[in-house]
Amino acid sequence: MKKTLAPLLASLTAAALFTTTACSGSDDKADSAGGGEKVALTYWSWAPNMDKVVEGWNSTHPDIHVTVNKQDGGDPAVTKLLTAIKAGSGAPDVMQAEYQKIPTLISADALADISSQAGSLKDKFPAAAWNSVTLGGDALYGVPQDSGPLMFFYRSDVFEKNGLQAPKTWDDYAAAAEKIHKTNPKQYLGTFSAADAGLFVGLAQQAGASWWGVQGDSWTVDVNDAATQKVAGYWGGLVEKGVIDNKPMYTPEWNAALNDGSQVGWVSAVWAPGVLEGSAKETKGKWKAASMPQWDAASPATGNWGGSATSVTSQSKHPKEAAEFIAWLNSDPAALKLLAGTANVYPAANDATSVLTTPPAFFAGQSDFYTIAAEAGKQARPFTYGPNVNVAYSAFNDAFGKAAESKKASAFTESLATIQKATVDDMKNSGFTVAG
Amino acid sequence: MKNSKLATTLLLLGAAYCLLPVVWVLIASSKSAGELFSTFTLAPGTHLLDNLGDLSGYRDGLYWRWMANTALYAGVGAAVSTLLSAMSGYALAKFDFPGKGLVFNVILAGVLVPGVILAIPQYLLLSGIGLTNTYWAVLLPSFISPYGIYLARIFAAAAVPSEILEASRIDGAGDWRTFARVVLPMMRTGLVTVFLFQFVAIWNNFMLPYIMLGDDKLYPLTVGLNGLLNQGASQPSMYTVVVTGALVSIVPLIALFLTLQRYWQVDLAAGGVKA
Repeated sequence: MKKTLAPLLASLTAAALFTTTACSGSDDKADSAGGGEKVALTYWSWAPNMDKVVEGWNSTHPDIHVTVNKQDGGDPAVTKLLTAIKAGSGAPDVMQAEYQKIPTLISADALADISSQAGSLKDKFPAAAWNSVTLGGDALYGVPQDSGPLMFFYRSDVFEKNGLQAPKTWDDYAAAAEKIHKTNPKQYLGTFSAADAGLFVGLAQQAGASWWGVQGDSWTVDVNDAATQKVAGYWGGLVEKGVIDNKPMYTPEWNAALNDGSQVGWVSAVWAPGVLEGSAKETKGKWKAASMPQWDAASPATGNWGGSATSVTSQSKHPKEAAEFIAWLNSDPAALKLLAGTANVYPAANDATSVLTTPPAFFAGQSDFYTIAAEAGKQARPFTYGPNVNVAYSAFNDAFGKAAESKKASAFTESLATIQKATVDDMKNSGFTVAG
Repeated sequence: MKNSKLATTLLLLGAAYCLLPVVWVLIASSKSAGELFSTFTLAPGTHLLDNLGDLSGYRDGLYWRWMANTALYAGVGAAVSTLLSAMSGYALAKFDFPGKGLVFNVILAGVLVPGVILAIPQYLLLSGIGLTNTYWAVLLPSFISPYGIYLARIFAAAAVPSEILEASRIDGAGDWRTFARVVLPMMRTGLVTVFLFQFVAIWNNFMLPYIMLGDDKLYPLTVGLNGLLNQGASQPSMYTVVVTGALVSIVPLIALFLTLQRYWQVDLAAGGVKA
């Protein structure tokens, strides 16, 4: 009873006090006039325990106080931010922004240029991550926080039983998928998820695609290029053969399939252990991580799935202090340690390797987990995102949803033209110049 | 009476249709994360207490704060809304003033506009006076309920005889006194209905708080639980916590309906006689 009443009373008091905050605000100013102005910043993030990471800043920086407002992951927070920007108030000072959303946010004038405050951090980050926050120009729209290099995860016990090795190439992967499914028709090495455009883009990135590009004053859109065709044809072929599943990921069925051993592999990213721990508890200790299967084993490459930067919004009244905070958060060794250990993210900064020494709990037996991850992080190919990623992704969901349902490889490759057209049409409608 | 068997069967089917999802939530919240999607749907697990512990433990009991917020939004919102509805409904039913027809028609039109559509304009308005991301952002739009006003007008017209108002005036009571001492008690049963409608509507409302609030310490249950399922691709969804949270979130509603049930019955009977 106590537990339920205390917050209720707190809430009631807070509501009652609301009308008086205007007065108390001015009191604060009078109090601190002698010791320099105190700045309060709000920070929207969906990383778990981010408030505990920020405590590390607040305890050492008494003049700049940061409050974390935890958000729903990904899209909802961006939508909310864009609404606040359009309304003219209500946006936070600091915002977590996924790399693929940054061009969208820039074209909505939602982000502040902090190149004069944080431009010197360039050498502390991998070139691909830095490129995502500058878009190749002089302005700086954030500091990279975490990255999600693609890796391959598999049930080592199942591989052993089938006399298989971790696949080095995509041909190996196809052969392993076929063998595993033939031995036990209930088992699949993976699934093609039409609901996860982010993963497909990562796979296209690995093959050398870059769906958007900037050419002088106009954009280029290249969804239907040879590299993406190759990737779509490959996965379509596996689905048509029936050796991998065609159901989306992150559904209750998929969770159950990972847990009961009917899904025995996952092409995912460095953050996969956290997800597996939640959905495949009963298989702990049986999984292993490996580098991605390659198209050309001689020149290894990988893509990204996920990853985000921390940006200052254009509505912030204290951009200088906010930039100072995000520089600390994403490059200070103490902060990196907190990010990796407490917030469970894989920091983008080059120094991250020195703070990530013990493997994640779900992969406790694999001491080289982060060595593989660091290797993968360096091999990410450059990829440029455009200002309407959401349109391309929802076109992907529609077109590939039907293709996966039909189980025909030709439907996979034909879907790309549909996405290309939807993306270009939308950009032209929104007033962007599109070359070609 | 001939049809009683058929009627009973139909009612039982209807009851099963409505109650089955509740039974599912009840059973699912007793399962551990591993059992949730792998054991037989209707086979109960043994982890209800563990799940409740996880729910309470999530970020230092944030769930209970959401529960308190929801109670605040729904309780204060419905109470103020009921009072305003009673006043407007009474005025529309018992007073003659210029533009009365127009006002009532505008309110009727308001009944037809779904609240979801209004959420964005309301956000822009409240953003203009800097009230987004506060308790007021959710409370203020909840205060006016066109449907509540419409219902209150009907109740006032049916339950408050004009003769009594006249008598009250002759005895020297002012308009406010008449309203508070004579009209409100007579409308009480109808106002319970208005209160319940609005309470449930705010309790279940998602869109408005979802758009208005950025700080999860202000969230109601609906928005908070939705957030637990949207942790981003790199985090596992917390199905067991969400299912258990959904179960606990309907307990206060059930309690409210059971305690206010007798007013409903009285009210339905009263309507029959007056008509």
